Amino acid sequence: MSQSLNLENIRKDFKYLANKKQVIYLDNASTTQKPDVVLNALSDFYRYSNANVHRGAYHLSEVATAKYDQARQVAADFIHAKSSDEIVFVRGCTEAINLVASSFGQQLNAGDEVIISAMEHHANIVPWQMLSKAKGIKIRVINLTESGELDLPHYKSLLNKHTKLVSIAHISNVLGAINDVGLMIEWAHEVGAKFLVDAAQSPAHIQIDVQALDCDFLTFSAHKHYGPTGVGILYGKHSLLERMVPYQTGGSMITSVTYESSEFMSAPHKFEAGTPAYAEAYGMSQALIYLNELGINNIKQAEDDLMVYTLEKFKQSDDLILYGPKDNRIGVFSFLVKGVHAHDVATILDSQGVAIRAGHHCAMPLMHTLSVPALARASLGVYNTKSEIDQLFDGLKTVKKIFSNE
Amino acid sequence: MNELLQLYQQMIIDHGKCPRNFGELENPTHKQKGFNPLCGDQLEIFLIIDDNDVIQDVKFTGEGCAISMASASMLTELVKGNHIDKANGLVEDFNAMLVTQDVSDEAMERLGKASVLEGVKQYPSRIKCATLSWHALKNACAGEGEATTE
Ligand SMILES: Cc1ncc(COP(=O)(O)O)c(C=O)c1O
Repeated sequence: MSQSLNLENIRKDFKYLANKKQVIYLDNASTTQKPDVVLNALSDFYRYSNANVHRGAYHLSEVATAKYDQARQVAADFIHAKSSDEIVFVRGCTEAINLVASSFGQQLNAGDEVIISAMEHHANIVPWQMLSKAKGIKIRVINLTESGELDLPHYKSLLNKHTKLVSIAHISNVLGAINDVGLMIEWAHEVGAKFLVDAAQSPAHIQIDVQALDCDFLTFSAHKHYGPTGVGILYGKHSLLERMVPYQTGGSMITSVTYESSEFMSAPHKFEAGTPAYAEAYGMSQALIYLNELGINNIKQAEDDLMVYTLEKFKQSDDLILYGPKDNRIGVFSFLVKGVHAHDVATILDSQGVAIRAGHHCAMPLMHTLSVPALARASLGVYNTKSEIDQLFDGLKTVKKIFSNE
Repeated sequence: MNELLQLYQQMIIDHGKCPRNFGELENPTHKQKGFNPLCGDQLEIFLIIDDNDVIQDVKFTGEGCAISMASASMLTELVKGNHIDKANGLVEDFNAMLVTQDVSDEAMERLGKASVLEGVKQYPSRIKCATLSWHALKNACAGEGEATTE
């Protein structure tokens, strides 16, 4: 049984909303605010449970290690992984993709192909470019349709026996489009290619089930789903992770070291060189538990309601151009005010207490495809309300007023 | 709201929408691209500098916010017909107004119309929009590479 969210209670969990000069925070695709449970978990961890993990033969270190291991299990459960051994803690989504490009990339050779799409974040473009320079692999790019979705027939035409990896955003951070990665993964596997899902935008908004998707890798950062900065995960099928060489090397990832050579631990530990961000990993697990308690389906329903409300407002405004698909999307709204540059829009909205992002959103090639220098973007979080959306549109009226003083 | 109206006053909106000296120069002696990676603002400035180091003509092309376009527009009006030493001095005045923020009354006077951009200093994330074309001009005169605001 799904129950609806209690928005009033949720808003009490986020202290930024208690500020007198309340900011209407609509830059959640960039990073979210943090609830008290996460902030308290972090400070309690550092206050009462702090010791390096997997190193000390004393109680405090065992407590810290248990929490770190627990956090791995929470993340595994959250994405329905078979085992917590498939979860590598990393600094964030960017590092996770770099890890795969560098480590899985070792197995690729000149002439092999990696497919990405025209709606990728720089984090899912540049690592492949580096690999291309190092290894001579080819990057192929899936086009967009008129309506701003992935052109699946074009994708199909790109797949061939040279395709070794497909790396695609689950949800576009610019267009809000939810890509049908399930189908895309099936097609990739038919030609023997592996599939990486860049799920940076997913955990806060939709359910993730790596076994149902059958993806080979999946990546995200904690800070986009109400967790701390500096931590995220790489999910990888265990058999794949085992076959990959370490990414960084040093302490915590070895079983023995001599001056001549070293033996590495098995996955995931062989990918976690050095002292990890264990407190942050624990903080991330508390954010995932927070999402579980609210219920990801309840969140989806509430955010969908607010999204429909917002889409309707865009539809009613002739001088606003909204990008991205109508359906299969989340509450990420990239738009232009006709005749006004996105930065001017953001500055004027800011003066009305509305925080949105303006710029290329780390997706310059997509900006090129859309033929825009920059876009304004409002993106929803679990705490946003209809009245905040109303204030966004009031702010946009001020933008128009200032720019239409002929 | 008042600060905002100072930032987006009539003259800035006007120059932003209808920039002066907009377009390419056919036979520039100097040209320079400027790029603000944070915003995606980009422009190119074209100059004809004669043997006596006087800026005979100046134009620019590009895309950007009202602040960057208005600023470039006002810059071209200001430096046209001036010796490059004077133009460089104006760039320093402009930086004093927005970057170091210790500008003298005389410098504000020298900046003329462009002094209306002083309001930008209240918006740290926008200062680079305003200074982009001035950086580009300075580099063009010095014959240096692409200007960025980084
Ligand atoms: C789709 C997508 N991929 C990757 C990233 C990179 O995430 P991070 O900067 O947390 O490493 C982002 C963040 O904006 C994103 O939206």
